[in-house]
Amino acid sequence: MSEIKLLTGNEAVVHGALAAGCRCYFGYPITPQNAIPELMSQLLPAAGGQFVQAESEVASANMLLGAAATGTRAMTSSSSPGISLKQEAISYMAASHLPGVIVNMNRGGPGLGDIGSSQGDYFQSTRGGGHGDYRTLVLAPASCQEAYDMMIQAFDLAFKYRNPVLVLGDAIVAQMKEPVKMWKPEPVSSDEAAEWRLEGAAGRESRVIMSLYLAEGALAQQNRNLVAKYEAMRAEVGAETYETADADLIVVAYGSIGRIAKSSVRRLREQGHKVGLVRPLTLYPYPDKMLENLAAQGKKFITIEHNTGQMVEDVRLAVRRYTDSSFFGYMPGNMPASEDFMEPILKALE
Amino acid sequence: MSVHQNEELVFSAPKLMADKPTHYCPGCHHGTAHRLVAEVLEEMNLPEETICIGSIGCSVFIYNYMGLDAVEAPHGRAPAVATGVKRSRPDRIVFTYQGDGDLASIGLAEIMHAANRGERITIIFVNNTVYGMTGGQMAPTTLIGQKTTTTPGGRTLESEGAPMKMAEIIATLGGCAYSTRVALDTVPNIRKAKKAIRHAFEVQRKELGLSFVEILATCPTNWRMDAVTANKRLTEEMIPAFPLGVFVDAVAEAKEGA
Ligand SMILES: Cc1ncc(C[n+]2csc(CCOP(=O)(O)OP(=O)(O)O)c2C)c(N)n1
Repeated sequence: MSEIKLLTGNEAVVHGALAAGCRCYFGYPITPQNAIPELMSQLLPAAGGQFVQAESEVASANMLLGAAATGTRAMTSSSSPGISLKQEAISYMAASHLPGVIVNMNRGGPGLGDIGSSQGDYFQSTRGGGHGDYRTLVLAPASCQEAYDMMIQAFDLAFKYRNPVLVLGDAIVAQMKEPVKMWKPEPVSSDEAAEWRLEGAAGRESRVIMSLYLAEGALAQQNRNLVAKYEAMRAEVGAETYETADADLIVVAYGSIGRIAKSSVRRLREQGHKVGLVRPLTLYPYPDKMLENLAAQGKKFITIEHNTGQMVEDVRLAVRRYTDSSFFGYMPGNMPASEDFMEPILKALE
Repeated sequence: MSVHQNEELVFSAPKLMADKPTHYCPGCHHGTAHRLVAEVLEEMNLPEETICIGSIGCSVFIYNYMGLDAVEAPHGRAPAVATGVKRSRPDRIVFTYQGDGDLASIGLAEIMHAANRGERITIIFVNNTVYGMTGGQMAPTTLIGQKTTTTPGGRTLESEGAPMKMAEIIATLGGCAYSTRVALDTVPNIRKAKKAIRHAFEVQRKELGLSFVEILATCPTNWRMDAVTANKRLTEEMIPAFPLGVFVDAVAEAKEGA
């Protein structure tokens, strides 16, 4: 039987990572995710792993790259300004086919912004984030339980596709406290990276992990290989649906905002309004086929985000053959409540 | 190379080095530095347990010349990547190979902190006083008065500051177990350089801390000189500005203390 513990989202990330077999953590302090490195510094060395407080997010992400190159389950975490600095290594990791988990507890931006919740990093998360033509898998937890579960999923996906995986929470998910079922997955096989990891070229040809492709046609081939990988990742697409079957209007929202919007939808249902919800669990790959199918049934859409309008572009792309999506953006600086979304949803229903 | 009857082979290239020409310019010392590293690793019987961290610069293709497991680090980040490699595989030998733009400019934070933490890694630092790969711009190690493509009138103390003496700087950091500066201009100096590289890997094997070998090297192309003149410049201008020597050595200190 799995233990149930009262955990913040930050703590759930740590316990989920340990359950997933994370052996190395590299971090740098930034609010609202400081509890992650702090708890890691206690638990990881005790579990025989390595904790390093790096000199910067640039360094911590490059340490992750190094640990990944040895086929080790490793992670880093930060919040928005720090994630910008990690993009260099994330791009190199994507190009070098290296697995790793990066947690972003999204705070307000641009610039130093604030330390409250925000979804301002949606574009950065789903469009690669750094330089070059690449993507990372993106998982978006809405609860402490999902933070735990998605860490396990993130490590598995990272190694399955040899690609960086981003877990995109926010200041709400990071700091709220909920009961979390601390289930344990199957132990990781020690050979999961045996075919490609660096360990010294004993009894075999030497291996090189790199991202420089200067030979004629080599980069084109590499980028085609990456695209093929991203196509394969489509199998991992996930979304929660709520009351969509007979709904006239679909609310699309992710993460903690998706959870709050679900309360709004429930309350509107109680008042007799035919509304439903789609909450993407994966932001890349995006559940566009599901949205397209709903649009084909003649439903209307509203996208609700904690920013000035980013994911709405993906919703519009998904439904474009049939309809459009309206948008409601809740500004950073405060945490929304379910009432805040009810009026915009009713307006979109008209 | 075949050995004839009655002939005794007394010297040969390290097997670790690929038997092919490098892409380096005539007179460039990168090839010599690669070979010294390869000879040392082979003599210490380490190639099969070594992971090389390449950097961004002319030596980016180091993995084409040495049959080692290798990973390419972003510009300047080799000590951070090496930290990740070594922390996840503390039983392996890990070294970075970096130029002066890479290590002393964009990667200054990473090398300083890796040294301060005393990561059990070895740094091979090739100082040729310019950014070679990008066409000869000023590096943090460019000498006062030296003309580069971005200091067309010569580097000045007033505007660009003084050349950075990395081996001395790194030696001041708590976790540095060995820091030295050597040069590749003469045969005796090349022999000393090899000894230093060997000592650096021994320090790593003893898990004493970070070991750092600064190698003064030529870049004839970007110095706009032929190979012989470049070598002469190294002897006459670089060594006086960057004194050769050992700046910290935990092994020697332990012996003195004993
Ligand atoms: C982030 C980043 N900035 C700049 C460059 C361009 N760049 C490539 S090599 C190099 C300098 C290399 O000089 P150095 O480290 O001195 O090595 P050398 O080529 O002289 O051996 C630069 C600036 C890059 N690749 N990445």
